[in-house]
Amino acid sequence: MPTAAPTKKRQWAPLRLRRRPRTGANAQAFAAYVFSSGYVLLLLVFGVLPMVYALYLSFTKSGQFVGLDNYVKAVGDFRFLPAVQHVAAFLVIWVVTLTVLATLLALIVHAMRVRWLSSTARFLFFIPGAFAGAASVMLWLFLLNPSVSPVSFVLKWFGYTNFVQAIDLNNLPLIFTVIAFWTGAGAWIIIMYAALHNISNEIMEAARCDGASAIKTAWYIQLPLIRKWIAYMVVISVAVGTQLFAEPKILAQASRNQIPKHYSLNQLAYVTAFGPQADFNSSAAISMMLLVVAAGLAAFFVFRGGLFDRD
Amino acid sequence: MSLHERSAPRRLMGVSAAAACIALVAAACGNNPSTSSPSGTPGSAGSGTPTSGPTGSAGSSTGTYGFPTVAQDPTAKITVWVDADRSAIAEAFQKDHPECPLSIETYDASAGGSDTFHTKISLLDQAGSGWPDVAWSGQVNDASWAAHEQNGVQAFAAPLDQGVVPQSWLDGYTPGALDPVTVDGHVYGARDNLAPVVLWYNKTLFDKFGYTVPTTWEEYQALGDKVAAEHPGYILGSIGDPFTAVLTDMWAAQAPIYTVDGTTFTSDFSDNHTTRMIALLDHMFANKTLTIDGLFTPDWVSKWKGKVLAIPGPTWFTGALFQNKDNLGGQPGEWGAGHALHWAGEPIGTGNVGGGFWYGSSHSANLACVGTYLQYVTSGPQSVKLITGLPAYASTASAWLDAQTSSGFWANSDTFKDVVDEAANNIWKGWGATLPFSAEPPWAEIVNPALASGKTIASQVSAWQQRMVNDAQVNGFTVVTK
Repeated sequence: MPTAAPTKKRQWAPLRLRRRPRTGANAQAFAAYVFSSGYVLLLLVFGVLPMVYALYLSFTKSGQFVGLDNYVKAVGDFRFLPAVQHVAAFLVIWVVTLTVLATLLALIVHAMRVRWLSSTARFLFFIPGAFAGAASVMLWLFLLNPSVSPVSFVLKWFGYTNFVQAIDLNNLPLIFTVIAFWTGAGAWIIIMYAALHNISNEIMEAARCDGASAIKTAWYIQLPLIRKWIAYMVVISVAVGTQLFAEPKILAQASRNQIPKHYSLNQLAYVTAFGPQADFNSSAAISMMLLVVAAGLAAFFVFRGGLFDRD
Repeated sequence: MSLHERSAPRRLMGVSAAAACIALVAAACGNNPSTSSPSGTPGSAGSGTPTSGPTGSAGSSTGTYGFPTVAQDPTAKITVWVDADRSAIAEAFQKDHPECPLSIETYDASAGGSDTFHTKISLLDQAGSGWPDVAWSGQVNDASWAAHEQNGVQAFAAPLDQGVVPQSWLDGYTPGALDPVTVDGHVYGARDNLAPVVLWYNKTLFDKFGYTVPTTWEEYQALGDKVAAEHPGYILGSIGDPFTAVLTDMWAAQAPIYTVDGTTFTSDFSDNHTTRMIALLDHMFANKTLTIDGLFTPDWVSKWKGKVLAIPGPTWFTGALFQNKDNLGGQPGEWGAGHALHWAGEPIGTGNVGGGFWYGSSHSANLACVGTYLQYVTSGPQSVKLITGLPAYASTASAWLDAQTSSGFWANSDTFKDVVDEAANNIWKGWGATLPFSAEPPWAEIVNPALASGKTIASQVSAWQQRMVNDAQVNGFTVVTK
């Protein structure tokens, strides 16, 4: 029991110094509450409250409790299954690509010895992130249209001679992934880079002394040490990906409705509430299902990634 | 961090924030009459403001207009929702009718399925207040929801024919113009413009090639064969947009693929009007006299400017295509309007592409001014000048057509008025223009991509029909397919 003694000692130490640190801790805790209160308040008003309201709506119709009726109706809608498939396809492609590429690029940038090269690369990765989501879709509308695109030759390699072919329904998960990666990955690369930077030099040095190659170092040392960050990236990306909305909506309008208005689940919920059916209850049911799935996936990655573990 | 993270929640926040703002702003305006009415009603009667329409029942909640109303106040400010194109006429009303205080709010009311009108009203229905007094919509089928109680809230659109406007005034509309807003015998909207389909032709090219302008679909197809053989590279229209393919061609062919009777939706793809038109379109697409480029795409202008021999299309093509330098453009005397195409031996029953409506709110506290406004914008002194497209009100339309004829722009000034008038009075009534779901998406989602990948329309018929059937079922219709 070599560890028991020190633990005991540590327990005693704070007891003796109780008064002074506690005032400090209290002040710190108070500041923490102040800082987080704004967020918590907004979260309650714009996040939790609407969620509770949606939960209520999803089990009622005109104020009457109707059990799972709204859920049955929503799932039975001919637009539901395709929307699930669309979002799932996008999610898988996007999360996998993002995780692999963002981490890989961060490792490469981190491994760069030339300082200006490394900072230039980081800067370049980050630039597209300056575009707002909707604005970047507008830009991609041009890039994807063979008759106006500056890179139309690339589209022609794939056999696309007009816009209608380029934005074929089957291409969309990939297109949305490219757009999302282009605008979003830069920021993740920077975060992963920072995480890599956080690994203590001694460990890296030790690895080098032991003759570990860059790949081995990455695989056995760097990746395990930034596991939490990767999990965090996946959690956020999954949450964000399930809410796919603005991109297909803009593409639907730009393509003169070639892309259905109910392409993604979020769009379907929107159309159900504000389309001809004006069915807020089924819409709420779709939202609740989306929430449960997204929360489930998030929980999975949080626990698998050890996001809440203490070091 | 990623684009979704930013855009999706922000969008939702935007929507709710916008809704909250509208609710707040409109509630602030809307509250004025109700708070002032108890004290203001006797005062306003004493002030002797001359108001048109049956007012004076302030405080009562039913009767005068044929539906339950809030307390009326003829001096209350009315809020109107307009799109950018309609703000000019709203401002003209403000000047000409100072007795009706007006607040103009611009919003996205465009056609093309943005559904903003419905979205906003649904939110206000949930909020229970904040409705505008008058709203413009660029869509034709809004009465399908606006004329009905929605989630337990009184129908947004006020029936107009029981006192909001005089019946004698409604009688001045072009026959059939109010059909899309007539529900259970009552009129729920005031139509702004009509968009009947005629055959637009380039007279300069027709003279050059020595062709005669077709009047039947058969002649149109035969001309296509001739053009393909003698002048390849010239076209007779486009099927790249659902509004040209479906609302122009299928509707004007009187194809019963999208019809409604009560709560029964019927889609008949075996009728010979349907099969003949599909065969015609496939034939002319194959010989390249029809293009798949949409009329408002970069390709259209770059490929086809000066190459369009003729194109069937609605009356708003005048401003959008022929008098628009950024589209086809055209010199005075170059373009003319030919008779709406019809099948040989059958009467004309043409298509219609759009034509917006004004709706009065059943929640308005000043229906007298609402009535005055609706009449002014569709048939008032400024309407001829400010309505874009062919006005729906007969006298306004006549003046508008006279102005078009005397402008000297049209190649057939002598027959222009008759041709357009003929089409306006012969829109095929079989089309389900009042259905709550659009006929356009199935074409855009299924047929158009198929055409782009080299398939025929005929090969997509079952998928096309199924897509409409799905829509009909989701919206609670009994479906009949043939």
